[in-house]
Amino acid sequence: MSPSPLLDVRELVVRYGDFTAVDRVSFTLDAGETLALNGPSGCGKSSIALAIPQLRRPHSGEVLFEGRDLTELSERELRPLRPRMQLVFQDPYGSLSPRHRIRDAVAEPLKVQGRWNSADGPLRVAALLERVGLDPSYGDRLPHELSGGQCQRAGIARALASEPRLLILDEPVSALDPSVRAGVLNLLADLQDDLGLGYLFICHDPAVVRHFAHRVLEMRDGRLSAP
Amino acid sequence: MSDVVLSVRDLRIAFDGVAAVRGLSFDVYEREVLAVVGESGAGKSLTARALLGMVPRGATTSGQIRLRGSDDLAALRGRRIALVPQDALSALSPVHAVGDQLAAAVRSVQRVSRRQARALAVAALDRVGIPDAGRRARAYPHEFSGGMRQRAVIAMAMVNEPDVVVADEPTTALDTERQEQVLRVLAEQREAVGAALVLVTHDMDAVRAHADRALVLYAGRLSELGPAPDVLERPRAPYTASLLASLPRYARGRRLLALPGSPPAPGALPAGCAFAARCPLAAGRCHTEEPEPADVDGRLVACHRTDDVPHPATDLFDFQEKQPA
Repeated sequence: MSPSPLLDVRELVVRYGDFTAVDRVSFTLDAGETLALNGPSGCGKSSIALAIPQLRRPHSGEVLFEGRDLTELSERELRPLRPRMQLVFQDPYGSLSPRHRIRDAVAEPLKVQGRWNSADGPLRVAALLERVGLDPSYGDRLPHELSGGQCQRAGIARALASEPRLLILDEPVSALDPSVRAGVLNLLADLQDDLGLGYLFICHDPAVVRHFAHRVLEMRDGRLSAP
Repeated sequence: MSDVVLSVRDLRIAFDGVAAVRGLSFDVYEREVLAVVGESGAGKSLTARALLGMVPRGATTSGQIRLRGSDDLAALRGRRIALVPQDALSALSPVHAVGDQLAAAVRSVQRVSRRQARALAVAALDRVGIPDAGRRARAYPHEFSGGMRQRAVIAMAMVNEPDVVVADEPTTALDTERQEQVLRVLAEQREAVGAALVLVTHDMDAVRAHADRALVLYAGRLSELGPAPDVLERPRAPYTASLLASLPRYARGRRLLALPGSPPAPGALPAGCAFAARCPLAAGRCHTEEPEPADVDGRLVACHRTDDVPHPATDLFDFQEKQPA
């Protein structure tokens, strides 16, 4: 018997009022796999990114994460599962609070989830920063004191703090220069190799998608187009 | 080769004594597309602004920029040289109809009646493919899609038929499909108006598809300048090679080339070549003496080791370096 997929999305429908942004989309994603969602602006990619962790409740359909249908769960029931699926966004500066130092941004998930203690918390934060290729001294800085690539690495460190199984990467490298982009993509590939993370990788650059993804889903007008 | 329309000589731009553009010289020829590439902080956008006489307040500028022999760039702006900015939404006034904004641009330069200016504005919108331009001219920017806004901004840059159009990362905010569409419109309009285009970009595929020549900048200096196909196919500066090698098509397995380190901060420049600390060929005087641009096979290259750059140049780099675990 093959193990069940990390993520199994069935007939997902997301609506905003009368507008159907995502129309009966189904796919699966395994641990250690990168599945790319590719398509033009407005095709529904980001709506899927928000509907999977139930940040936007879908209109209908099922989202099975590690075998449990998230659409059936209350906010209270979702809370222990949410750390296991983390989002990384396009704008590295916009996804970190401009007034929180990097180390506080990375420590916050640990504190919120009750996994912080003052003895080894700071060591854990330093290890996370090193894991994403940042010198721990960057922890003292504010987001605007980092480059775009460094800031995106800090965002990834913050996501890793929750010990996720699934990363939803919404255009994580679109705002970066080619050489900086290459470094962040290499980091994501290393993390996947070492930790077996599943990636839902939203990207509109076909060359990056071809390079980075194991499988590609093409979207248009809210639907998956035939491969 | 055709005539020089815009010439830049020893351009230097500094903030509080910290140099961001450090002695840049190049020409723009009539009707050519010159791509300006390099990473954030290389001085691309600052150079583009300087061409329009729009250097930020607080900057000290020296050197010479001449457009058809004149150095009064502010007076020529909108008339003989125009800008297509990166962010079309903030380039347009939210409280004026798009057609009125184009007509105002016409009337700021040409002595025509309101009615004539209006007609020119509508025609310009029509040429960039805004459907039903007569009616859409009365719409406001928020009623346009992102791609339409970017095309309207192109129409505004072209409406007075300038000699040079400077496009500062005109497609960064758009998806691939719209990027291609906007670049196509820009190329068509440039052709129709007979303008030269200075295209600031970090998209090497756009350079390949649209540029006649490529100017590669690193840390505020010229790294390489030459015919775009030659520069892309056989770079002679290691920095250009590193830009190409970081593209997915040159990946080795899942690994992309990511150069270690980052460009030197302005104000903390090393004694020699600014790229030396990241360059696999750096040796000897690379660390002591900054290379000057010199003629190499019909292009300009600023590198002491240019004769040692291999072909393919992507062989220069070690792709296997792992991130710290």
